[in-house]
Amino acid sequence: MSLLTLCYIIASVTFIIGLKMLSNPATARNGNLIAAAGMTMAIFGTIFLYSYYEEGVDKPLGNYVWIFGGIIVGSIIGTLAAKRVKMTAMPQMVSMFNGMGGACAALISMVEYDHIIHHTNGEGQTGLLIVILLGLIIGSVSFAGSMIAWGKLDGKIKDFAFPGQHIVNILILLAIVGLSVYLAVNFSPDQSYIFYTILALSLIYGLFFVFPIGGADMPVVISLLNSFTGVAAACGGFLYDNKVMLTGGILVGAAGTLLTVLMCRAMNRSLTNVLIGSFGGGKKGVAGSGSKDQGAVKEITLSDAAVVMSYANKVMIVPGYGLAVAQAQHACHELEKLLDSKGVEVKYAIHPVAGRMPGHMNVLLAEADVPYEKLLEMEQANEEFPTTDVVLILGANDVVNPAAKSDPASPIYGMPILDVEQAKTVIVNKRSMKPGYAGIENDLFFRPKTSMLFGDAKKVLQDLATEIKSI
Amino acid sequence: MLEWISANQQIIYIVILMIFVGIEVIGRVPSVLHTPLMSGANAIHGVVIIGAIIVMGKAESDNILALVLGFLAVIVGTLNVVGGFVVTDRMLEMFKKKKKN
Repeated sequence: MSLLTLCYIIASVTFIIGLKMLSNPATARNGNLIAAAGMTMAIFGTIFLYSYYEEGVDKPLGNYVWIFGGIIVGSIIGTLAAKRVKMTAMPQMVSMFNGMGGACAALISMVEYDHIIHHTNGEGQTGLLIVILLGLIIGSVSFAGSMIAWGKLDGKIKDFAFPGQHIVNILILLAIVGLSVYLAVNFSPDQSYIFYTILALSLIYGLFFVFPIGGADMPVVISLLNSFTGVAAACGGFLYDNKVMLTGGILVGAAGTLLTVLMCRAMNRSLTNVLIGSFGGGKKGVAGSGSKDQGAVKEITLSDAAVVMSYANKVMIVPGYGLAVAQAQHACHELEKLLDSKGVEVKYAIHPVAGRMPGHMNVLLAEADVPYEKLLEMEQANEEFPTTDVVLILGANDVVNPAAKSDPASPIYGMPILDVEQAKTVIVNKRSMKPGYAGIENDLFFRPKTSMLFGDAKKVLQDLATEIKSI
Repeated sequence: MLEWISANQQIIYIVILMIFVGIEVIGRVPSVLHTPLMSGANAIHGVVIIGAIIVMGKAESDNILALVLGFLAVIVGTLNVVGGFVVTDRMLEMFKKKKKN
């Protein structure tokens, strides 16, 4: 047992060091590997060294076939899924894995509850029951919520809200708390139906909690659910008096909560605003106002765009989700090199929440070997727009929407944006006039400086490169 | 209540200290790393797999419910751990490439 304790202590330390290293670009990858090594040690230590006290003797764990079977199946599916997922789909993958952790916590609670029913009469089990119920509730909410977040990011599930949903949510939550308190205090083995009602209500709560939140806010929600799962894992630590589960769980719970707040801050919004804000319910009404009488948009031909860009001094590229969807990062880098060879200064303006996740664009452009120093953060980029000749927007929308500055009724009002209108010309590449992920119209497209270049980002970039070469 | 606190004081100390450690270690993360950090933290809470292994290892061989639920728990827990670390590594791989330039 003492060797196992040592394993757990080392694993806990690797988690802390791993997280610390993950928050610095230079050490992040090693941090991840260190935490993974610690985790591996904790897992195998548990399998081979764990023993529990029952009927007066210490017993080792059994069912090795089941344990290794489960680990092998999980490892194969997990590795394949994580290796095969496209860059664009990574956010939903994280959400999916997070949901699996929540499900794991809920399943543990179900087995332990079953154990209590069959082996005790509930005397003096109140503390244990509370921990089991907490693990069940938080785990199920996290599981159901993560699945919805996954579906939304994958485009399988649309935003869904009904009038009075917040009230219904609060009632469900009260019911969950009420039933749990009742069960913990008045436990008797024949009350399993209450336990399963709590399970069902928690799952429904998880669904209703995420359903109305707009797709653009999913990263924040996933981060929040991530910290929920951390707390659910910590419940397991309470349950088995297992310090490594407790350490890892609470660590992620705390770090995840802070990360959620940091993400909200990057969008200049409060967490409350994200969770019960205007993205869900009132969105459609807002979207209609003030965008209909804007008149027609102006289109630009490929050759005109090529000419404008090759004779510019400075071109700023604003990448967005459209670039990720079209997998156009390599085509984008080609165009950038081509312009560079013609003496045009090319830089990228990266909004912190461009794409579906903070950092999404950095990762994507890094994949195409775009040099780090060409990526400007929002503040730097906004300083350089006034001296920029051409801004090329590739599938970005909400992050350049002037309504965030000018229209207090807009759901994204207050979010800092890239001030592209400071530049001399703005060329917007989009597939169609469909609104962005927040579901709101963008006045920028109707402004006199702006011209539209419709089409798939990858094809447009390749065609642009061909045109520029022929000039 | 006071009895409960003194009976569980070790655990309570760990919880309090870990809350501060968790907040402290990621306090200065640049927004570029928000996604990989979330993904890495996601993999770390996969430590819940240890609970699943304990549940599975303790299940009596005639208790079908415990065996099936425990088995499922081990699978989904492993998915969380393995998938979480691999996805994070894939995200960070791209950051590393960037440094060489």
